[in-house]
Amino acid sequence: MRERGSILLVGVGGQGVVLASAVVADVALRAGFDVKQSEVHGMSQRGGVVSSHLRFGPEVFSPLIETGGADAVVAMEWNEGLRSLPALAPGAPLVVNLHRVVPPGACRDRHTGHWGYPAVVLEAVVAQVGDVRACDALGLARAVGSAKAQNSVLLGVLSTLTPFPEAAWRASLAAHAPRGTAEANARAFEAGRALEFPRETFAQAARMGALPDGEAVHARAWPPAVAIDEGWCKGEACSICVRVCPERCLAIGPADRAVIAQPGACTGCRLCELLCPDFAVTVTEAEASRAR
Amino acid sequence: MLPHPAPSPGALTGHDERTAARLLSGNEAIAHAAHQAGVRVAAGYPGTPSTEILEALVRLDPERAVYVEWSTNEKVALDIALGAAMGGARALAVMKHVGLNVAADTFLTAAYTGARAGLVVVSADDPGMHSSQNEQDNRLYARFAAVPLLEPADSQEAHDFTRAAFELGERFDVPVLLRTTTRVSHARGRVRSGPPAAVAAPGFTRDPAKFVMLPGHARGRRRVVLERLEALAAEAERSPLNRVEWRDERLGVVTSGIAYSYVREVLPDASVLKLGWSHPLPVELVREFAGRVGHLLVVEELEPVLEEALRAAGVPVEGKRYFPREGELTPDLVRRGFRAAGWLPEEPRRPLAAPTTAPRPPVLCPGCPHVAPFLALREMGAVVAGDIGCYTLAATSPLAAMDTTVAMGSSIGMAIGLARSGGTPGPVVAAIGDSTFLHAGLPALADAVCNRTRVTVLVLDNGTTAMTGGQPHPASGATIRGEAAPRIDLAALCRALGVDAVAVVDPYDVAATSRALQQAAAHPGVSVVITTRPCVEVPTKVRDHPFTVVEAPCIACQACMNLGCPSITWSASWFDGRRRVQIDAATCTGCTVCAQVCPTEAMVPLPDWSPRR
Repeated sequence: MRERGSILLVGVGGQGVVLASAVVADVALRAGFDVKQSEVHGMSQRGGVVSSHLRFGPEVFSPLIETGGADAVVAMEWNEGLRSLPALAPGAPLVVNLHRVVPPGACRDRHTGHWGYPAVVLEAVVAQVGDVRACDALGLARAVGSAKAQNSVLLGVLSTLTPFPEAAWRASLAAHAPRGTAEANARAFEAGRALEFPRETFAQAARMGALPDGEAVHARAWPPAVAIDEGWCKGEACSICVRVCPERCLAIGPADRAVIAQPGACTGCRLCELLCPDFAVTVTEAEASRAR
Repeated sequence: MLPHPAPSPGALTGHDERTAARLLSGNEAIAHAAHQAGVRVAAGYPGTPSTEILEALVRLDPERAVYVEWSTNEKVALDIALGAAMGGARALAVMKHVGLNVAADTFLTAAYTGARAGLVVVSADDPGMHSSQNEQDNRLYARFAAVPLLEPADSQEAHDFTRAAFELGERFDVPVLLRTTTRVSHARGRVRSGPPAAVAAPGFTRDPAKFVMLPGHARGRRRVVLERLEALAAEAERSPLNRVEWRDERLGVVTSGIAYSYVREVLPDASVLKLGWSHPLPVELVREFAGRVGHLLVVEELEPVLEEALRAAGVPVEGKRYFPREGELTPDLVRRGFRAAGWLPEEPRRPLAAPTTAPRPPVLCPGCPHVAPFLALREMGAVVAGDIGCYTLAATSPLAAMDTTVAMGSSIGMAIGLARSGGTPGPVVAAIGDSTFLHAGLPALADAVCNRTRVTVLVLDNGTTAMTGGQPHPASGATIRGEAAPRIDLAALCRALGVDAVAVVDPYDVAATSRALQQAAAHPGVSVVITTRPCVEVPTKVRDHPFTVVEAPCIACQACMNLGCPSITWSASWFDGRRRVQIDAATCTGCTVCAQVCPTEAMVPLPDWSPRR
């Protein structure tokens, strides 16, 4: 990355990816390079993935980095770091935040409780990538006064990998920090810059302590069964069970009684049973399946 | 290729605003150029990736020399710009690609009338559909309308071509289509701008034969359009906007727009004919280029527009055989194309494999006022004709409460059609945002009233055009410059259109919203439910008292998880084989909707919380 370079910055909407990228672009420009930078606006801002491609050199054409062409990936979020591994050039460093932002979509398998979020297996990533500079950027930023400055921690780590003078980094950071946050961002940048890699990668991970059991499955081993007592059910006029069922298993049938429209979706939460004013619903753990 | 001059260190510190190289997005560059070109009237409707042009123009013009507005829709915007140009003022109309469909009626006839002053129409296309419902290639509109088409490849060109477009338009008395794509509009690059243009004073001169398109007048103007097209073609042949870069003559590449950047990156040694002015096509220039190179390829994004035009002109050329017609081009895809065509060796190195990761699709924000209405529609089993906006995300799991989405304002007309089809299993509801309702929903609502069609229209009023970042619309009460403006009363507007069942509810009141929608659906005619709550992000970030989950009462029923709120995720705690939930207090806005759907009152306001300042 002495004369030209491609840096991919990734994260989640709201983490400051775009701002961090603007800082790097400005630093490169201050250092006398041609710069191109590209990010996608629009839907990606709604809690989705945000990525910014940054390229510098004597003359830059493509605003996009090719697969396997990034001289560094800076990931503000663990899962997004993993997603971006194919962008890395061979031997290039991955700067990654160990902090996780779990998308709601990862909490969807209600039957097994399986978490669709990758567990932090740092060793495996280090084995695959080689140069991994991981840190608890959120923790470090909080420690210096502002959780929002986690992107500056990662820029601090990145700064040691680039050919840009330290003064350019500081000037650009100060120029881009939102009003009133310049000092917190400067301290966060310092904290990131001071980290010694590769030592810190595992030290930081250890300091973060035990993470939630990403892969564990504690769910029941048998499916529940829902029974409706048609004699008591008031049907459409009531519809409480149909409305409260989180899995939307129930419906009002042609005989104007509640029916189990999607038995496979039931997770056994018993809301229908608990809230039926006529005690017409019973949820049992099916004996036949329990025996299996 | 003239390399951009290297900036001196510190060029960005801004001591000489007029000439220093600045890092600008393509959109910002267009705004800078238009401002320098003396544009007097600029209008548009927000749409990714075009939105930042007018916003940048407003920032550049604190002295208010330019009249800038967010228009009700793109056609209104183009009408305004055309009128201004007829009045002798340089004018700019900006829109996303699908916006030009809305404005097409004016656009195609504006080519007949011409305009006295420069009229530049910016179409920002979205190949790859990052934030769009289709990826139409608006270069075809230039051919359709017989107007010149300029295609910048980066920010500097976005700037230079905008300047050139005003000059060109005035010289040939024609609107000019400046077509960008997402990667030109949103990529930043160095830009040096020139001095401001000396512009003629405005002045409207009556000229009915030119400006009043009666059939008799239009027939005369049709001839003008065709003669002008020939003159333009001759000019394009010698325009500096098109240039040949001679390198290795074994391969010549004809390319335009962002594709040029990828070609230069991937195959730096090939000779290139870069078309900046690609319609009317400078055929002789291409023929001459083709004659000197060993083999000719066309690299263009989306449709084979250049390729087909060249084939029609008898120039033997290949393009889409190697480069995809679908999706956004990338340097990877251009490399693959050159490899397939035999101009690059097979790649020896292999990128790292991606491990299994969690998908992260866009979702509605924490506290989004659009959530509860869709929860209610889902429970009602309504057939929901949706529309364009953030709320289109209600089509995705877990809300999964939208059945159609096609184009701006289509929801109401499509709901009428669905209701008239007689085949819907539940009540038919059109769900449309406030900005979209004013953009193109009103004519369809008038239609429903006058034809007595039984439909319910849900107007999701959050006071802003949220999807594109929060631009004001006629019911927002503000202008693009942030000044107070008259605010259209949506409920009164619906009543004035003849809707007798109009209800206004707070979407944070889950029960009231559900009740209002059920009552509306039971109404034997046209009914409107307006849910009113400001967007949580713009104009003010709403950060009310956050909630937290008390573990003991949580029975892990997952009712709250059906909201799809990004602040609610599983916790490490289990209940009866299911995961309990937790709320991220840092992102929770305190909308209370989850607390309302929780059957065990496990969600409570976070203790020891105080608002920040």
